[in-house]
Amino acid sequence: MTSVLGNVSLKFSDEQSMLMDVARGFLNDKAPTDKIREFLESDQGYEPQLWEEIVNLGWTGIALPEMVGGAGLGISAVIPVAEAMGHALLGTPLIDTTLAGQLLLRAGGAEQEPLLQEIAEGRIATVAFLDGGDWGGANLALTMTTEGVLSGSKTFVGCGHEASLILVVGQCDNAPAIAVVDAADLKAGAISVNTLIDLTKRTAQIDFTGVAAKAVLTGEHVVAAIRDYRLLGALLTAAEAAGSAARCLAVIVDYLKTRKQFGKLIGSYQALKHPTVDIYCGVEDARSFCYHAASLLDADSLSHDAEIACRMAKVSAGQTMSYAGDRAVQFHGGIGFTWDCDSTLFIRRGQWSHQVFGDAIHHRKRLASLLLD
Amino acid sequence: MAESKETLKAFQADVAAWMKEHVPADPGFLLPLSFLEVGTEQQLDFLRAWQHKVWEAGFLGMHWPTEYGGQGADPAYQGIVDREMARCNAPIMFNTIGLGWTGPLLLEMGTDAEKSKYLKHILSGDEIWCQGFSEPDHGSDLGAVQTKAVRDGDEYVINGSKIWTTLGNYADHMILLARTDPTAERKYDGLSFFLSPMKVAGVDAVPIRKVTGEYGFNQVFFTDTRIPADTLMVGEGKGWGVAMKTLEYERGVTAGQATGHWMVAIEIDDLINDLRGFERDGAPVFDDPAVRDEAVGLIMEAKALSLSARRMGVPALTSDFPMGLPLSSKYRGTEWSRRMKLFGAAMQGAQGSLYVEDPNAHRGGFWQRAYFSNFGATIGGGTSQVQANIIAEHVLGLPK
Repeated sequence: MTSVLGNVSLKFSDEQSMLMDVARGFLNDKAPTDKIREFLESDQGYEPQLWEEIVNLGWTGIALPEMVGGAGLGISAVIPVAEAMGHALLGTPLIDTTLAGQLLLRAGGAEQEPLLQEIAEGRIATVAFLDGGDWGGANLALTMTTEGVLSGSKTFVGCGHEASLILVVGQCDNAPAIAVVDAADLKAGAISVNTLIDLTKRTAQIDFTGVAAKAVLTGEHVVAAIRDYRLLGALLTAAEAAGSAARCLAVIVDYLKTRKQFGKLIGSYQALKHPTVDIYCGVEDARSFCYHAASLLDADSLSHDAEIACRMAKVSAGQTMSYAGDRAVQFHGGIGFTWDCDSTLFIRRGQWSHQVFGDAIHHRKRLASLLLD
Repeated sequence: MAESKETLKAFQADVAAWMKEHVPADPGFLLPLSFLEVGTEQQLDFLRAWQHKVWEAGFLGMHWPTEYGGQGADPAYQGIVDREMARCNAPIMFNTIGLGWTGPLLLEMGTDAEKSKYLKHILSGDEIWCQGFSEPDHGSDLGAVQTKAVRDGDEYVINGSKIWTTLGNYADHMILLARTDPTAERKYDGLSFFLSPMKVAGVDAVPIRKVTGEYGFNQVFFTDTRIPADTLMVGEGKGWGVAMKTLEYERGVTAGQATGHWMVAIEIDDLINDLRGFERDGAPVFDDPAVRDEAVGLIMEAKALSLSARRMGVPALTSDFPMGLPLSSKYRGTEWSRRMKLFGAAMQGAQGSLYVEDPNAHRGGFWQRAYFSNFGATIGGGTSQVQANIIAEHVLGLPK
């Protein structure tokens, strides 16, 4: 009889290890917290020059095949980079662009290769998926004609204000479809930027009504690609959250080791110590789940085991980050309640990570079916 | 020396065949879930005979040296034997304090004379070991133990009391932590470690009944007990270091145990499969969304524990907190296990109120007993709360 634990493999390649080292070193250097603070105020949430360097490092092509100019390492090699980005609290279009690349790669045919090449070269791309606030819904309300004329709008489009290529999920002839839209074809005033809880992130609501798509992708593999996109989105968010939670833990530990009250370092009180240990254990679990999931991914549609792994990673990392941010504010006391304390960044990241690509309840409900039925 | 896959596979087949033939049938009386609950002569005789048989067959202490009764093989072999024993639901190897803690301790720190004197009898089950660390007033704060050992010629005279002494009423030897110098500036420097005989005058072991209704623990009283001076290990005042090394084996932080098959392993699959037989609201228990969600949480924790074990073998993924995973495994594993067993008891409806002796109790009250019994693991060897302090201080670097 097979175990309910299923697959428990965990592999870590030399390429993943190298990317982890490079990403950590680069981001420590280029995105220290005072820089992140500056970025918060900008429209994009990052420096254009920094994005250029990220593109030059080849990060937008890590997961894409060599034939379109990518590194051919697959999506699993992006996990350590997403984790390092989370650790730095740096929001750039990297995750959105990577996911758009995966959706196009998995849903499109050979005719989409030039676009994939542009993504590898750093063209900012994104996926317009949500109709409203429900990650669990079909999100197929937007319609498109076979000629590619769209009707409807999408919201919470990652980097929607600056993406140059937008993959719009909707329906064509009552079946799931993806419209490939050049942002230059959007109507004036179509984009309205959301004010987000996480100040490092950017999303927008976009009205696509009347826009003519460059292409409409349909068929069975489109359905599978949308499913994979949702799961990979959950996993990349989990990796990012695991990184942010590890950073948050370091900030908490640092404060507990330096702040004195009643003549003692506050880190000596078990009331603060033990929840901090819980955060630490959560970070370790989240990392285990993320790298386990990464071990199960390849160019094929995600397996049953991979689906379980991605969902567990999101549950674990999302809950850990949200708890870590919450405790970071509390444990910093009065100063933690202020805008200028870094705990502010973490509690806001926690509220972001918790919900993107489905919250813990969303995934646990689906895990119950995958594990128990 | 790494063994070829074929060799290990052939060995596994040999072990499986031997177990199939020799694993004893249900003796008709309750067997303990772990070495902590050996409470009757009947259980003791049965388990001692079984351990002896496994050792004689060459399946115990696979990686201990042959001159001390082991098999001198690669540790991988013991792993295979342990997995086969678990798979066949074989009775446990009960002499755990010898097999798991004292044995590897002697192999690492003991003299040749100590190794020759003790190791083989640990494996054969002829000599039972117990541990004298905790005292009535000093459980978690081990450094404060008060039992005294005073040198008198070729002997030490012991006075004091130890508690929670598993197998204490049957044991031939005790690893004893006692205070030889009450005036030492640091309390740790006043401690010494003895391989103390139990079957001597002035040792009185009084069994303690547990929350499960079973026995296994004792309080041991020493009254002017005279033990040979050469039972002192390493040296006077060096006891704390030896005790800490012992705890590494006890907590599984360091390998070297003659076997890991010292308890009935209860896995998440046991829980999920068993609960399928229960109903709620007139429907299968796993139709209930709240129950499903709880089960998912427990499965995820079990999976995280498995993945942690894998990840310990990937240096690039453990470099942030190198000791973090080993030092947190007892805390995580035993706390998860407690909650899992509680869930097994709690999901039975009214059935969950029956206990072991009731003929209608589900599987003889298995989950209820397992839940209660698990507190031995979340308290013994350092409570979960102390474990959390250890993680906070030694992994995260928080102040004491």
